Amino acid sequence: MKLQLSGKLLSTAACFMIALSAPALSSAADTIKFGVAGAHSGDLASYGLPTVKAAELVVEKVNANGGINGKKVELLVEDDVCKPEVATNTATKLISDGVDVVLGHICSGATKAALPIYSNAGVLVMSPSATNPALTQSGEYPNFFRTIAPDDAQAKIDVEFALNNLGYTKIAVIHDKGDYGKGFAEFAKKFLEDSGKAEVVLYEGVTPGAVDYSAIVQKIKRSGAQAVMFGGYHPEASKIISMMRKKRLKTDFISDDGVKDNTFIKVAGKDAEGAYASGPKDTTKNPLSIQAVEEHKEKYGADPGAFFENAYSAALAMLNAIEKAGSTDLDALKKALQTEKVDTPVGSIYFDDKGDAIGVGFSVYQVQNGEFVEL
Amino acid sequence: MDYFIELFCSGITRGAIYALIALGYTMVYGIIGLINFAHGEIYMIGAFTSFIVATVLSIYGFPLLAIIVVAGVAAAVWSSAYGFTIEKIAYKPLRHAPRLSPLISAIGMSIFLQNYVLLAQTSDFLPFPELIPDFAFMEPIAHIVGSSDLVILITTTVVMIILTFVIKFTRIGKAMRATAQDRTMAMLVGINVNNVISATFIIGSALAAIGGMLIASHIGQINFYIGFIAGIKAFTAAVLGGIGSIPGAVLGSLVLGLTESFATGYVSSDYEDVFAFALLVLILIFKPSGLLGKDETQKV
Repeated sequence: MKLQLSGKLLSTAACFMIALSAPALSSAADTIKFGVAGAHSGDLASYGLPTVKAAELVVEKVNANGGINGKKVELLVEDDVCKPEVATNTATKLISDGVDVVLGHICSGATKAALPIYSNAGVLVMSPSATNPALTQSGEYPNFFRTIAPDDAQAKIDVEFALNNLGYTKIAVIHDKGDYGKGFAEFAKKFLEDSGKAEVVLYEGVTPGAVDYSAIVQKIKRSGAQAVMFGGYHPEASKIISMMRKKRLKTDFISDDGVKDNTFIKVAGKDAEGAYASGPKDTTKNPLSIQAVEEHKEKYGADPGAFFENAYSAALAMLNAIEKAGSTDLDALKKALQTEKVDTPVGSIYFDDKGDAIGVGFSVYQVQNGEFVEL
Repeated sequence: MDYFIELFCSGITRGAIYALIALGYTMVYGIIGLINFAHGEIYMIGAFTSFIVATVLSIYGFPLLAIIVVAGVAAAVWSSAYGFTIEKIAYKPLRHAPRLSPLISAIGMSIFLQNYVLLAQTSDFLPFPELIPDFAFMEPIAHIVGSSDLVILITTTVVMIILTFVIKFTRIGKAMRATAQDRTMAMLVGINVNNVISATFIIGSALAAIGGMLIASHIGQINFYIGFIAGIKAFTAAVLGGIGSIPGAVLGSLVLGLTESFATGYVSSDYEDVFAFALLVLILIFKPSGLLGKDETQKV
C-alpha cells in the first residue's frame, strides 16, 4: 500500500516536471529542433524510413550552409510504428524534448491521434504521406499541413475535368467493389452531386474477374451516360472499355491512377485510345527532384523509397517557412507557408488555408497513340 | 423490350462461356464422382497455350483461320496431356481413399498449377489477340450480339451435341456409362476402367482448352488467375444443372448466366453474385440433385 502510494506520487511529480520543463527547454534552445516521426520499425517501416533519410539530407545541407537565421537545425527522430496508440506517446516525447516543427507522421491514423497533442503545444506538423481527406478538410487540425494530395484529390480532378473541360452532364460511376476503387467512386459520386452540374445516372460495382461484362455495358448504354467514371484497376478497366467498344458504345471512359498503367494500353489496345486516367504529376523532369534522388544515391547508395520526394519537399517547405517567419511561432509559420512559394522536388508549392499543398497532386492523362499524355 | 433482348443475349453468352467449362466438370464427376478443382487451371493452361501458338503463328503471317485451327488443336493436345497427367499423379493413387482425399488433392493441384504458370510465364495480364474477326453480316446487330458471342454459342451447342452422341452411341461412351454406374462390375465384364477414366480426362481437358481459347479471345486478356473464378462459376453451373449430366451442365450454365445478366440489368451488378448463389441454394433445397440430375440411389 505504501509502495503504491509513493509510486503514484512519483509519477505525478514526474508529470509536473515534464510539464514545467518543456516550455523552459524550447525557449532556451539555441538550435531549431526538427522532429521526424513515423514508422521506423515494424512492417510499415518502409513507408517511414525514407522520410528520415530525406530529413537527414535536407538538414545536413542546411547546416552546411550555416543553418537557418544563424541557428543550426537539430534532428529529433521518433518511431510511432504507424500505430495511433504509440503515436500519442511519440508526440508527447517530442513535445517534452522541445521540438519546434515535426515532419510526420506517416500513416493517417497515427497522424490523427498525435495531432491534438502538437496542436496544444502550438507545434507545426507536416506529413509527407498522410492522405486521409479529413485531416485537412475537417478544419479540426489547424497546425497540420501536408505535401501529398489527399485521397479524394483524384476524384476531384476527374470530376472537374469531366464537368468543366468536357462539359458532361450525365455520368455513370462504376467501381470494382474494392477499397481503392469504391473509395474513388464514392468521392466521385459525392463531388458530382455536390457540383449541381451533372447527374449520376448509374452507380454500381462490378465483380472483378467476371468472364463477361456485357450486361453492365448494356446498362450503361441505357442510362444515357456521356462518360463512365471507373474506380478500380486496369484489368477490369480494359475488359469494360473493350466490351463497350465491342457493343459499339462510344461513351468516354475516365478513370484513376490504378488504370494509368501501361498494361491498360497494352491489353485494351486500340480500344484504350481516348480514355482518360488521372495520375500523379510527372516530377521526373524536375531538376530538384533529380538532384534529391542523386543526393540520396550518393549518401545511401540506393534509390530512395516511398514518399521520399514528398518528405524532402516538406522539410524544405518547413525550414523555408521558419527562415521567412523569423521564428517558430505557429501563426507566423502558417502565414509564411500560405504566402511564400517554395521550389521543391514535387514542384513549386505553397499551401491553402486548410493545409493542403497547392501544386502537388494529380493531372489528367489521355491515351493518345498508345501512350498516356499529360493534359 | 430492346433492353430485355440485350440482357437476354448477354446472359446467353455468359451461360455459353460457363457451359464450355462446366461440361468438363460434369463429365469427370459423372464417371468417378470427383470434383476436379484443377479443371479451371486446365482451362487457363489452354488459354496460355493457344496464346503462345497464336502469337508465334501471327508473327509468321499465317491466315486467321489457320491460326485458330492450329492454336485450338495445340491447346487441346497440350491441355489433354496435362489432364491425363494430373489424373495419373494426383487422383489415381487416391482412387480407393475416402472421398475427401482426392478433393484435397484436386485443390492442391489447382494451387500448384496456378503458381507454376505464375512462375513459368508471368504475373502480368497479357493481351490476347482477337482471333474472331468482326463478321460483316453481324454488323447490324453488333451492339447486341458480337461475333465472338456467336462463335462461342455455336461451339457450345456443337460440343454438347457431339458429347451426347459420343456417350449415347459409341463404344467408349458405353464403357463410360458402365464405369459410371458400377466401376467394379465394369471391370468384371472386361472394361479397362483406367483407360476409360483417362479418356474422360482427355476429352474434358480438350474441351476446357478450346473454351480457354475462345473465351480469352472474347475477353481479350489472360493471366494465371483466370481459371479460378471461371472455374468456380462453371462448377456452380454444373451443380445447378445436376452434376454428372451433360445437358444439365449446359442448362445450368444458361440459367446461371441469365440470372446474373438480369440481376445486373434490372437490380444492380452489386448483387449479381447474391442472386446467382441464392438461386443455387433455392434449387438445391427443392431439388438436391440439380435441375436435370438423376436422383442418386444409395449404393449398398
